[in-house]
This record gives sequence, C-alpha cells and structure tokens, in this order.
Amino acid sequence: MSFLRPGALCVALAAAFPAVATAASDADLKQLRQQIKELRDSYQQRIEALERRLAETEQRAAGAATAAAAAGSTATSAVQSVAKAEAQAAEAQAAAASVARRPVSESAFNPSVSLIIDSKFTRFQRDPSAYRIDGFIPSGGEVGPPRKGFSLGESELAFSANVDHLFRANARFALAEDDGEGVVEVEEVNVETLGLSSGLKVKAGRFLSGVGYLNQQHPHEWDFTDAPLAYKAFFGPRLQNDGVQLRWVAPTDLFLEFGAEVASGQKFPAAERNRNGAGLWTAFAHLGGDIGASSAWQVGLSHVRANPRERGFEDGADAAGTPLAHSFSGRSQTWIADFVYKWAPNGNSSVTNLKVQGEYFQRRETGDLNYDVGGLAEATSAARFRQSGSYLQAVYQFMPHWRVGVRGDWLRSGTADLGGLDPAGLPLLAAYNPSRQSAMVDWSPSEFSRLRLQLARDKSRNGESDNQVWLQYIMSLGAHGAHKF
Amino acid sequence: MYSKLMFHLAALVLAVLALPAAAALNVFATVPEWAALAKEIGGERVQVFSATNALQDPHRIEAKPSLIARARASQLVVATGADLEIGWLPVVLRESGNAAIQPGQPAYFEAASAVRLIEVPARLDRADGDVHPGGNPHIQTDPRNVLKVAEALAGRMSRVDPAGAGAYSANLARFSERWKVAMVRWEQAAAPLRGVPVWVQHRSFAYMADWLGIKELGALEPKPGVEPGSAHLAGLLERQKATPARMILRAAYSRPTASDWLGDRAGIPVVVLPFTVGGSPTAADLVSFFDDTVQRLLGGLR
Repeated sequence: MSFLRPGALCVALAAAFPAVATAASDADLKQLRQQIKELRDSYQQRIEALERRLAETEQRAAGAATAAAAAGSTATSAVQSVAKAEAQAAEAQAAAASVARRPVSESAFNPSVSLIIDSKFTRFQRDPSAYRIDGFIPSGGEVGPPRKGFSLGESELAFSANVDHLFRANARFALAEDDGEGVVEVEEVNVETLGLSSGLKVKAGRFLSGVGYLNQQHPHEWDFTDAPLAYKAFFGPRLQNDGVQLRWVAPTDLFLEFGAEVASGQKFPAAERNRNGAGLWTAFAHLGGDIGASSAWQVGLSHVRANPRERGFEDGADAAGTPLAHSFSGRSQTWIADFVYKWAPNGNSSVTNLKVQGEYFQRRETGDLNYDVGGLAEATSAARFRQSGSYLQAVYQFMPHWRVGVRGDWLRSGTADLGGLDPAGLPLLAAYNPSRQSAMVDWSPSEFSRLRLQLARDKSRNGESDNQVWLQYIMSLGAHGAHKF
Repeated sequence: MYSKLMFHLAALVLAVLALPAAAALNVFATVPEWAALAKEIGGERVQVFSATNALQDPHRIEAKPSLIARARASQLVVATGADLEIGWLPVVLRESGNAAIQPGQPAYFEAASAVRLIEVPARLDRADGDVHPGGNPHIQTDPRNVLKVAEALAGRMSRVDPAGAGAYSANLARFSERWKVAMVRWEQAAAPLRGVPVWVQHRSFAYMADWLGIKELGALEPKPGVEPGSAHLAGLLERQKATPARMILRAAYSRPTASDWLGDRAGIPVVVLPFTVGGSPTAADLVSFFDDTVQRLLGGLR
C-alpha cells in the first residue's frame, strides 16, 4: 500500500492542477509548486528508504534461498524423478487404455496351435517290418522302427485353450502316412478342470496315462528317437486311455502327487471289449523335490490292472502258411517304479546339465491261453507269465545346444508257464532276454529345433542283432508349449 | 481294492481341507527381485518363496516338482509376465491344482502389467530369435519400474489379503520414501554414466540404459537367446574400432565366453552386473542390488 500512495497522490494532484491554475494567482502558484516540491522530495526519500529495505530483504531472502537450494536439491530432483515416473505411469495407462479400446476380433480367442514335424533317415541291418520282441506276447502297437532310408514320421498337430472359467481342452492329432494313405490318429483329446482347488484335478477323454515317467511325454520330447524297449513290450509303446483321471497334489513342501485312472481299456495290455464299465484301472504316486539349488529329483510308483478278454496275437503258421491266431484271457497287472534326477550347476541348465532316468517294469498275467493248433482245432490251457524290463539312460549337455546320451534297455521274458501246452508250438514265447544299447548326440540351435544322430545295437530278436543308425530332425512351429519336468 | 483306495484318498483330501489355513500369506515369486519386493511390502504378514535364483537364466527354467508343490500351497503368485516365464510357469500353475493362482485370478500378479514395456517387436518371427511379443521383460533393471510394481503389488496384496491392507500400504509408504531417496542417490552417483557407450551380452539392461542414459551400441547375441559365433564377434570388434564402447555388460547368470573374448580384444572391461537380487555377494536386497549395480558400472568407467 505504501508504494501505491505517492502515485495515487500525484494522479490526484495532476487531476486537480488545471482547475487550480486558472483560479490561483502567480504567487499562489509559486507557493503551491514549493509545496509540491517538498512533498515530492519527502516521498522521494521515503521511496528510497523503502527501496533500500526491500533490497536488504531480497538479499537475505536470496541467501536463505541458496541455502535452501543447497540443502533441498535432493528434494527437487526427487520431485522431478517422481514427476517423471508419474508421467510415465500416465502414459502407460493411456497405452493400456488404447489397447483396451482396440476392437477384438473373433480370432483373438483362437486356441494355441502347434505343429511338430519329425522326420527320420535310417539305416538298419534287419527288416523293420519283421520287427518283434522275442519272449513277449506282441503288444500290437506301433513298436517297430520306421522303414529303411528316408521316412516322414508322424507330424503332431496340437490345439489347446481354456474353454471357460472351469475347463481347459487339449487336442493332439498325429498325421502320418500308411501304405500311401493319409492317416489321422487321435493321440489325445481331453478336457481338464481349471476350477477345482485343494490340489485336485480331473481329466476326461483320451489322454496319456500318468503312470511311469516317460509315458506322459510326447515323442518329440523324448531324449532318444524311439521309446525304451520296456515301453514297447509292456504298453506298445505307451499307455493311452479313454477314460477319467483324478490327480491330487498334497499341500506339502515336498512334491507328493497321487493319481488314479479308470479307462475303457480297448488297447494292450487290455483288449477290445464290448461291455459296460471299465476295462483298465491305474493308480500312481510321485514324490519329488530338490537337493540344494543344483539338483532336482522325482520318483514314482505305478500300478496298471486290466482284465483282457480274448486278447489276440499271431504266432507260427500252419502247413498252408496261414498264421495261427491265439488269444489270452485273464488278468494283467503291471507295476512300474521310475526315477529321474536332473543336475545343473546352480540350477542354471543353459550351459551344462545332466539328466539321468530309469524305469523298472514288472508284469504278471494269469489266465487262459487259447491256442490255435491249425485247422479248426483249438486248445485252452491255464497260463502264467511273469515278465520284467527296465531301461536306464543318461543325457549330458556339455555345451550350450549340444547333448550326448546313452541308454541301456533290458527285458526278461521269465519263464512262461503254459500249463499243458507244448511250448514248441509258440516260438515267440520261448524264453529270451532282449536287450539294446543306444547312444545319441543332438544339437538344438533353439528350443524349437533339434537334429539328432542315434546309433543302436538292438537285440530284440532272438539271434538277430540289428545295428541301427538314425538321423532325425524335430521342428516345433507355433505356440510355445511348456514342457513338463 | 480300488474303491478302498479311492475312499482313503477322499478321506485324506477331507482331512487336509479341514486343516486351518496358515496365518501368513504364502507368496510364490518367479524371480528373486519380486520375492524381495514382496518381502518389502508384505513384511511380517507374508512367507515368500522364490522359484529361481539369480544365477539361473530366467528364460530356461524347468517345471520342477518342487515348484509345483510350492505353487500348490501359495496364495499369491508374483510373476514378471511379458512371456518371461512362458516355458515353465503355465505347467507349474496347471499342475498345482490351485484354482486361486491361475492367470486372470486376483492372486495371479504380473509385474509387467504395471509398467510400460519397451522394445515391443514390430514383427513376430522366430527367425528373429527368442523374441517376447509383449516387449522386453527385464523391467527390474530400472528402479522407477520397481516403484511402480511396488505400488501395484501393494494394491494386489491388499485385495488378496484385505485384513493386511493397512500394513501393506504402510510398508509401501515406507518403502517408496526410502526408494525415492535412494533413487536420487543412484542418479547423482551415476551422472558420469550418461551417454557412455556400451555393449551388452543380451538385451537385459534396456530399462537401466533408458534410466541412466547409457548408450547401448548393440548386443553380443546376434539374436535374442542365440549364442554369438566367432564371425559375429569379429564383426563387433570391427564396429568397436569405428564406434568405441567403454565396457561390456553382462548379467551374473550368463556365460562369460563371448564377453571375455571381446573385452580382451577390444581392451575394455567386462562389467558383470547382478541383474537381480542375489546376483552378487553384496546385492542382498533391492536397495543393495542397485547400489552394487551403480558401483560396478562406475567401476567400469575407471
């Protein structure tokens, strides 16, 4: 206010001045000028005093401000970086909003699709079409090696997606060629629950059984080009069920899982059937954990039970060359003990790692063997089989992308108790212990491709050793399927 | 026999369901940095498990049985997201039989959802290496991101465990105050790093480079996740002559071969950064992780 006052006064004086000049005399005018001069001087002094005080205050303020700036530069830059962070957050929100606004087409809900192509080049000493595992009733599945030379194996086409908030569905088809005709095999089509809690999970449809360790893995995940002999002989070459599976994971720090399956049992070790109810049951338990940061392990115990009726197989031929068709009816029980151990320095598997796995199978079958003696004659006899098999393999990644592995396979046909039948009529069931040794080296430039060379000496056939060379590639296209342990 | 087995199984399930829920919130963090952050925000109320350690390549983790067991018992999953864990986490979550922690549920939290991702690929092709469609997932190398994730995580923890909301917001306030002060300290200390050209082993430090103004000339990996070959490294050495970098950065978990080769030839230091909590002996928590990172970067300048 004190700054405004002299200015206001001057304005007032100036406004009054013309009137005064006309009314007053020269003397009055002189006096008036004198008074104004005095007034001006006095205000001038006061203004100067005020200005001095202002300057002093300003100086003090500046001093205080510099002190404050020195002390609080941290605060200002903190404010700056927070402001920056806030701005970025706003930006992120804006970006998110723009994504949210983007119109979504129907295709956004497409299931994840993956295609696995698998091709082989092989060199065998023996005819792969005459492949058999001596000492064992044929499992009827695709257990033999592919044909000699170049062969296009199975291409796997897989779809999977969440159906809704409760279910997830998986479908996996194998596309192959059989005698020049395209064949589509339904490997897996199942639905599993998402919404169950307390560690429970139910799966229904066609699925790979949870028994053993390797059974659930798809061929492209195998560490060798073909399945272990034990899987070929006991499950031909894997146990695939149409049924229901229940799994439960215990709420413990150690991994403990129980599972049970009920299935139709249309395939080996069961047999095609036309009845209500189930034909195959399984139960399994897995236990797993870590040893320090570097090692992880898992062990399992599984049981498979089936009641095959007239499970047929061919062995020998009659005088006319017609194969003799025999069949087995009874009870088949298989026990599997499995383990897997993985090691990587500090758990970092990208440079070097080791994986050792092994499984032991034991099967007991008791029932009746219906034996075709040629012509129309048949004979039936009580029969008992007690057979076992195992494999042990180790795969070592010695540098990024490169792995080497060895595998040993052993089967024991045991002694078949054929009751009153003449064992000579069933050459396939003559006691024999098949074995095989394999070695492989593979190169995986990325997670999606793998090239493999495998050498094997296969003694599945009694007295016929088969030296095998396999060259294989496996390529994965599409969705990035996460693999199990 | 089977009906008996099923009966026992059912009895066991019921017995376990009847158990009282553990007092602490069990948090399953996929990587050490979010485990450390969950501890900061959760304090006494949480029990945190880190699925991986700092010396593991986060891109190559397996769905180990121990992880499934831990996920089964957890009430909150803290993942990075942006497809970093795509190779193992989906299997672990599905196998766990724990409906609460499935993606989309409140108890499934992705840190990447709280920050703006950079290096979002313009085209998606596996020929470009191990690309992440959502953008670069290594967000923890920028403390500004950590703060944003902390805020989002505190909100999520309050949602999952409403009884602890007060404690979480108080812990968040304490953490963010401490963090902001520390950030100023790091920014001031790291001022000499502004504009410094570097090579990186993998695109692990894009967010850190953005924060400190470090100039990344390129990666030693020809493509993300692909090991550099000798021809590629020789090419980098040529580029180093034309546009010299001051140092090579690599994460603690990555293989030293390529960076050491180039460092030797180019006569520049290879700076091994902790990359996450536990990546170096001194990086014991989030603050010391950044302290150590800045110190190591400054050490590379000398």
